[in-house]
Amino acid sequence: MTAVTETIPARKPNVLLQTLNRNRLSWVGIGLLALILLSAIFAPLLAPHDPLQQNILNRLEGPSPEFWLGTDSYGRDVLSRLLYGTRVSLLVGFLSVLIAMTVGSAIGIFAGYVGGMVDQLIMGLVDVMLSFPTLLLGLMVAAMLGASLENLIIAIAITETAPFVRIARAPTISAKRKEYVEAGRALGFSPLRIMGVHILPNILSDIVVVASLWMASAIRTEASLSFIGLGVQPPTPTWGGMIREGFENILSSWWLVVFPSLAILLTVLALNILGDALRDAIDPKLKGES
Amino acid sequence: MTGLKVESLKKHFTIGGGFLGGKARTVRAVENVSLSVALGSCVGLVGESGCGKSTASRAILRLEEPTAGRVTFDGIDVASASPAQMRRLRQRMQFIFQDPYASLNSRRSIRKTLEEPLKVHGIGDPAERRDRAEAILSEVGLPQDAMDRFPHEFSGGQRQRIGIARALVLEPDLVVADEPVSALDVSVQAQILRLLDDLRDKRTLSFLFVSHDLGVIRHFCDTTCVMYLGHVVESGPTQEIMDDPAHPYTVLLRQSSPIPDPANRVDPPRIAGEIPSPANPPSGCPFHTRCPRAFAECRESMPAAKEIAPGRQVACHLF
Repeated sequence: MTAVTETIPARKPNVLLQTLNRNRLSWVGIGLLALILLSAIFAPLLAPHDPLQQNILNRLEGPSPEFWLGTDSYGRDVLSRLLYGTRVSLLVGFLSVLIAMTVGSAIGIFAGYVGGMVDQLIMGLVDVMLSFPTLLLGLMVAAMLGASLENLIIAIAITETAPFVRIARAPTISAKRKEYVEAGRALGFSPLRIMGVHILPNILSDIVVVASLWMASAIRTEASLSFIGLGVQPPTPTWGGMIREGFENILSSWWLVVFPSLAILLTVLALNILGDALRDAIDPKLKGES
Repeated sequence: MTGLKVESLKKHFTIGGGFLGGKARTVRAVENVSLSVALGSCVGLVGESGCGKSTASRAILRLEEPTAGRVTFDGIDVASASPAQMRRLRQRMQFIFQDPYASLNSRRSIRKTLEEPLKVHGIGDPAERRDRAEAILSEVGLPQDAMDRFPHEFSGGQRQRIGIARALVLEPDLVVADEPVSALDVSVQAQILRLLDDLRDKRTLSFLFVSHDLGVIRHFCDTTCVMYLGHVVESGPTQEIMDDPAHPYTVLLRQSSPIPDPANRVDPPRIAGEIPSPANPPSGCPFHTRCPRAFAECRESMPAAKEIAPGRQVACHLF
């Protein structure tokens, strides 16, 4: 046995947390997101009124001490509907991105690892998918499946699968040429093990960063589809649906459109800040660029 | 027949071609490599950068699919082995990589790195696997508290020890080492070489040792094959090749690696030009463009390998 004189260096501090710490804006994003998440979870406790309860006497009232954000044309409390709408938006955003990420990454890693004709075929299909505007594709799928919460999630997931295939494929191709992957092959590991156990954890950070950005897009798409009536059906409150309902009275009752729009804006902004911060934290070379 | 036998191994790559890819070109990385590694012996594969020695070592273990040629291990054809046969072969033939920074998965602890091969090959139960991983770790000279750490916590030399442990944990018969020390500091190189020496003596391992460093080859190998532009141009016992190189390229290589002895002062050789591109190899003998002794014949035809002494082969028109 050979004596080793060198000592093993001490553990390095967590670079991710350090970089996140250095960037103040990222904490604004994280704080905002936490706030949105909490209001979704505690909507029943926070909401001052029943979001579905109509009260024709109080219809289209402006913001007041009783109805902080006013009431809509059925006399329902806008604030309560907004809080409950957060649940739908986050649920749709999270689940659709989770599905798109899982399916898309699996296909992308497979395409990148196998390469050749299979890869070209898959990437050809992905390019076709990507050539459709997200909203148009979502619209087509949602119209085909019919309007419901589950179908909305599936429709948005389908529109966002293609980008994840691309995002997973590129780092897979570079990881495939790394020696630790070759070592796995030399040791007789199955391709499935190499893809799942060795490549996936190494490219997961790339995927998660993009996932937070696409979640923002999913929430936007959900709102857009609800706005044109292909999303979750009334009377369930959704931000997009609220904007659509308020649209008829936009000139007289501005609060019907402004507050749900602000909710969407803030959520999308928070997710984008988080995505950018995560990307900077993972790849310090990109710091400062946007 | 035991051990590894490689006959006329070829590995070509196609670059370009396809839609908008321009004209397809063939890179003849490995053109003609024949060698054999008997059980318990150590064969060196030496040559300058870009001569195809790394590619050859990878093609032998089927990390790259060979284009042509025959590779057998204990009589089993490696190239045509079924996936099940290949898995059994992989247990017996292992690879040590050049770059210890790239060859370990940075997200897996040393314990996982060492136990995973055993698990995949269905060797032992969890307790046995743990014991074997611990045994191999101390055999390569690392403390047990390294087990639950991650690759980035180690130095280059320590990482290479881990790479060696991973290659040996399956108890292979043959180890192909692709420049295992060239990425390390000189002092660490010596430690790793000594470790490989110890392991070879203890475990009756065969080695195919790829290096550009004649000093390392001289120290480690019984037999040496000299490669130039995808061809083995000379092979034979290491001592004879070092003392009395036959092929003009080996002579040159030998002179470029001086012995630190003022009494044996040599003129640095005046070798002209760079190694030609394997995408556009010269006609005839691959070395004629730089050979100080080339004549007309060399530009015309590729010399065949001739036996000039027992176990000593040279591919040159001079012999």
